[in-house]
Amino acid sequence: MAGKGIRIERLRKRYGAGDTAVDALKDVNMQVAAGEVVGLIGPSGSGKSTLLKCLGAVIEPSAGRMVLGDEVIYDDGWKIGDLRTLRRDKIGFIFQAPYLIPFLDVVDNVALLPMLAGRSNTESRHLALELLEALGVAHRARGMPSQLSGGEQQRVSIARALVNRPPVILADEPTAPLDGERALGVIRILNHMARQYQTAIIVVTHDEKIIPTFKRIYHIRDGRTEEEVGQGVAFE
Amino acid sequence: MINLAGRDILHAWGKFVFTGVGLGLLIGVTLTMAGVYRGMVDDARVLLDNSAADLWVVQKDTLGPYAEPSSLYDDVYRGILGMPGVARAANVTYFTMQVRQGTRDVRTMVVGVVPGGPGEPGQPGYLVAGRRIARSHYEAVADVVTGFRLGERIQIRRDYYTVIGLTRRMVSSNGDPMVFIPLKDAQEAQFLKDNDAILQQRRRTLANPALNRPGVPGLAEAVIASQAKNPYVNAVLVQVKPGHLPQEVAERISRWKRLQVYTRAQMDAILVGKLIATSARQIGMFLVILAIVSAAIVAFIIYTLTLGKIREIAVLKLIGTKNRTIAGMILQQALGLGAIGFAVGKVAATFWAPVFPKYVLLEPGDAVLGFFAVMAICVLASLVAIRAALQVDPAEAIGG
Ligand SMILES: Nc1ncnc2c1ncn2[C@@H]1O[C@H](COP(=O)(O)OP(=O)(O)O)[C@@H](O)[C@H]1O
Ligand SMILES: [Mg+2]
Repeated sequence: MAGKGIRIERLRKRYGAGDTAVDALKDVNMQVAAGEVVGLIGPSGSGKSTLLKCLGAVIEPSAGRMVLGDEVIYDDGWKIGDLRTLRRDKIGFIFQAPYLIPFLDVVDNVALLPMLAGRSNTESRHLALELLEALGVAHRARGMPSQLSGGEQQRVSIARALVNRPPVILADEPTAPLDGERALGVIRILNHMARQYQTAIIVVTHDEKIIPTFKRIYHIRDGRTEEEVGQGVAFE
Repeated sequence: MINLAGRDILHAWGKFVFTGVGLGLLIGVTLTMAGVYRGMVDDARVLLDNSAADLWVVQKDTLGPYAEPSSLYDDVYRGILGMPGVARAANVTYFTMQVRQGTRDVRTMVVGVVPGGPGEPGQPGYLVAGRRIARSHYEAVADVVTGFRLGERIQIRRDYYTVIGLTRRMVSSNGDPMVFIPLKDAQEAQFLKDNDAILQQRRRTLANPALNRPGVPGLAEAVIASQAKNPYVNAVLVQVKPGHLPQEVAERISRWKRLQVYTRAQMDAILVGKLIATSARQIGMFLVILAIVSAAIVAFIIYTLTLGKIREIAVLKLIGTKNRTIAGMILQQALGLGAIGFAVGKVAATFWAPVFPKYVLLEPGDAVLGFFAVMAICVLASLVAIRAALQVDPAEAIGG
């Protein structure tokens, strides 16, 4: 199971070189503990997507350090060898839309991840069902994604992000298409799952409805982060 | 691990089946084209087999009698018969013409053969009904493809013939069914155009003062009689005595007179290598075009299906799917499409081959070759889509 969450220090990212270079991230520092959900907010063009891609190990930062669990991922230009298996085993992703694989049924959409990690089909489906159960969508396990409601699909995508028990989950505007009640429902689930599976969850959002729920918020402006204390409105 | 390609095919089966059937019909046409070529080669071999000849004696410097016109005096065979190593020799004529039955005209290859018992060169080796030509006039043995039936009367030029036998798989290299008639009738039919031509010839002869002299009664009649006789045949078919090499006998005959002699192997080479060669090249071109069209269809469909899955591919990459797995998925889909197409094509070709006007010989070896060609084409065709998929950036799954 996960452990120490995620820590990044003095992360920088420069796109391009010379006169046209853009410093999208200038000095980013974050620390999210296992079991914690934090918000990442900032105006458009401030560097949120760039940071998410660095955290998600799809682009490499130009400098700075990132530690995931107790594993160093980046350290001032050095990076670990295999980012693909890192993404598979250590990072969960939740997107604006569920982005399920339309030709796989619900259980296999989730079970695909442990399968990719080399587990047997039976074991993978067992793990998948366990999470679908926890998220209240086990009864749709044999359905196809297109047969599910938007909310059900989003739960399946959360199950997918959790199934390999990653130390960190990155959520990119997970409530954008949802109304207030449902948006809060998703955040409630994320909080619950973070505690239950001891995962650090970073939620990139614009959504005014859910910002008050975070206990801690990282505000990013012009490529620099500032930590703020959130309202941490408790759920009923 | 689950098979992603298989799941996608099951999910979008309509597209795959629809495209597969279209591709399959193309493959069916391709298999049929190959079958037409095989059929032509086989027809040629059957033609040679049924001639029951070891040697073909034809006019000097010609590729006759099937590939080029050839003309020999009809008494040449006597000299050949007397040569050492020759068991039998028989005159034969070939000419293509319309044969009339009732109100129907059938394009046929009329073969003039020496009447005789089994084993006589020239006559068809086996009959499906009736008997062989025994009399020297007005009997005919027809290939069943002509549609003639036993006892029917058919008209060749001025004369009527009774169908006394039916044979099978006897067609010319053009695919025209054969009609066998006695040699003498054939010589006459080949020589005499029709009543009109005879009357004109007769009129011209009578009008010629050199041939129609009042002082020499009977001269004009004698000239007309000689004009009406045709002393030519197209070839002499020779059977070699056991214990003699056809090659040696052939050399002896060609030394004896200015004649061209072909062995069975040489005749085979002329028919397959020269006569069918143009058709073979044509069919070869068709096969190349069909292969290109099939490749284009597979490439287009697989590419379109892949472009429709760009976001899914980005997600798959983001969650750690190997490039190899994604490439494999696309490749398997292309192969799946090819397999559906091949199955449809094979079934289609098998069903429509019998109703083709030409003999279509579907050889299992060609089917195996075709299968591997289809698979190879599918592999090639999937490369574009695979390239596109491998270029997808996993970052695309994360918003901009
Ligand atoms: N691939 C890129 N190449 C060059 N500049 C980029 C690229 N991606 C983003 N940027 C720039 O980096 C800055 C931060 O962008 P981004 O991370 O998308 O911010 P946000 O997601 O907060 O809107 C912007 O100025 C943007 O133009
Ligand atoms: Mg953005």
